[in-house]
Amino acid sequence: MTLDRRLFLGTSAAAVATLAAPMVRADGHGKPRVVVIGGGAGGATAARYIAKDSKGAVDVTLIEPSRMYYTCFFSNLYLGGFKEIDDIGHSYGTLATGGVNVVHDWAIGVDRDAKTVSLAGGATVAYDKLILSPGIDFVEGAVEGWDLNAQNAMPHAYKAGSQSELLKAQLMAMPEGGTFAMVAPPNPYRCPPGPYERVSMVAHFLKNNNPTAKIIVADPKPKFSKMALFQEGWADHYEGMIDWIGEDFGGGSVSVDPDAMTVTIDGEETKVDVCNVIPAMKAGRIAELAGVTDGNWAPVNAIDMSTKADPDVYVLGDASQQGDMPKSGFSANSQAKVCANAVRGALTGSKVFPAKFSNTCWSLIDTNDGVKVGATYEATDEKIAKVDGFISQTGESADTRKATYEESEGWYAGITADMFG
Amino acid sequence: MNALFPFVMAVASLVGAGVLAQDLGDAKRGQQVFKKCASCHMVGPEARNRVGPPLNNILSAKAGSVADFRYSKALRAAADDGLHWTAETLDGFLADPKGVIPKTKMSFRGLKAEADRVDVIAYLETFSGGSMAAQVDAGFTVDAAILAIEGDVEYGEYLASECTTCHQTSGSNDGIPGITGWETADFVTAMHAYKAKHRENPVMQMVTGRLSNEEIAALAAYFKTLDN
Repeated sequence: MTLDRRLFLGTSAAAVATLAAPMVRADGHGKPRVVVIGGGAGGATAARYIAKDSKGAVDVTLIEPSRMYYTCFFSNLYLGGFKEIDDIGHSYGTLATGGVNVVHDWAIGVDRDAKTVSLAGGATVAYDKLILSPGIDFVEGAVEGWDLNAQNAMPHAYKAGSQSELLKAQLMAMPEGGTFAMVAPPNPYRCPPGPYERVSMVAHFLKNNNPTAKIIVADPKPKFSKMALFQEGWADHYEGMIDWIGEDFGGGSVSVDPDAMTVTIDGEETKVDVCNVIPAMKAGRIAELAGVTDGNWAPVNAIDMSTKADPDVYVLGDASQQGDMPKSGFSANSQAKVCANAVRGALTGSKVFPAKFSNTCWSLIDTNDGVKVGATYEATDEKIAKVDGFISQTGESADTRKATYEESEGWYAGITADMFG
Repeated sequence: MNALFPFVMAVASLVGAGVLAQDLGDAKRGQQVFKKCASCHMVGPEARNRVGPPLNNILSAKAGSVADFRYSKALRAAADDGLHWTAETLDGFLADPKGVIPKTKMSFRGLKAEADRVDVIAYLETFSGGSMAAQVDAGFTVDAAILAIEGDVEYGEYLASECTTCHQTSGSNDGIPGITGWETADFVTAMHAYKAKHRENPVMQMVTGRLSNEEIAALAAYFKTLDN
């Protein structure tokens, strides 16, 4: 079936006028106000697209505590030595010059009745539409013996930046023949192939710098994203180095002791040199504070990413519970564009086009050995539902894998340009 | 060893005969002429940096746009001044490289015979932009009725947001091909070639798999407006 323009949802100017009537106009001006919390793949994209496409008709404020954003995607390549930390850092200057009011502060509360956001610095910001894209936080007590106080001894490095640098430094300082341990997270979590790409990148580093070192992975899952591809790659490139302990072998029964630097898997204690603990995840805290979560995540409507709890509050990316899309930067970016189109339409009467979503996740196993998995999605009444997909095949030629890696580099340049301008 | 790459000022007065390679050149003969370039430059699907950068898509490109090639300062300055490679600018440059950009790294004395320049440009054009598409899509045809659909630019702009996660609006060709400024027929043909799995990339096969004829026309119309 083909769609044509007559089928698109439209919002008439009259409807917009009624919508606009109850707006909070804290500054006494007439423009509708969008506040975006979180400047990552979801939030930065949404802020940029609304500002760009509304051509000044909508006030867009982005609240993001970090001056520099380090992308989680490609942070594993930094660990492997394929990227420098500066390669994955991005500032918000171009967004600001593009018309987004960038506020570097923490959002600490949302009053959905008053339609305001309170900031750690004391200010209050009014909104007509609020877009939350806060990423993830960790579930307390998810890994016995670990909490945020232990993140220097046992880094998570699952929010990129200083944690990535710390883990890299620990990796580089490992004694000859030492042990690198990873505690992998249960589903659902940010970046499904991420822990396994990280194992690959750590193995790549060790192979070149500390070839008798070992990697052990305690995993509460029986299987994982791109498993056949990773396991093939680990056997080909890092034979005998990686010991993956899945659910069937007690990988889910884990405790750590950050002081003693020990990991106990299924009752067996091991002394390790580096321990990367990636705990179970939940929506970034502000989603919970806004009262739009149900359990660990924020349920949303697939058509526009508005929350089930409040039609004026939207949640993008990792924090959302939307259906079939993996929690990835690509997904968040894709959702952000659907949301931006819908929000702009609701506030200005611009044409609202049907929701379409897509995702592709590239992973690097070793030098020039890239793999990918992707899918397209559509909005149904229940959820974002998968339409079609593909995955790299085992046994692909070196040329194909190299081309896939080069494609991933092109994608990185593309998505960061799309996010930050 | 020659470091040869066409760098030229986009200054009309420097341009030679103003030839239109696509009309006049003999690409087959140009392939022979290209042997003079091939000690330093590659072209085609396997092309990569050698002494000079690869020359795929040279005829729609901004000068100095192969991201990982170390261009001379002179070339980068010309690129910053807006130099784009067209049949005309390439012709002028190839006629007298050092005369046009005295500090170019490309030590090549040039192609004095106009016929050589015209033919080699015609050859390069088969690896550039629309004609590259035409070559990749050889043997694949799209109904005239589909090619004739007039695309809706506004809808195309919305749909394009799915593309710009990977393809940059700057037209960058680094890792992911640039898709701006293509001729409509080439763009539409390429998209349908992916959809029919005549072209191979699985991401593109998936993305195009659910695009309607009207949506492909809309995308073609929008990306054509982004002629960098």
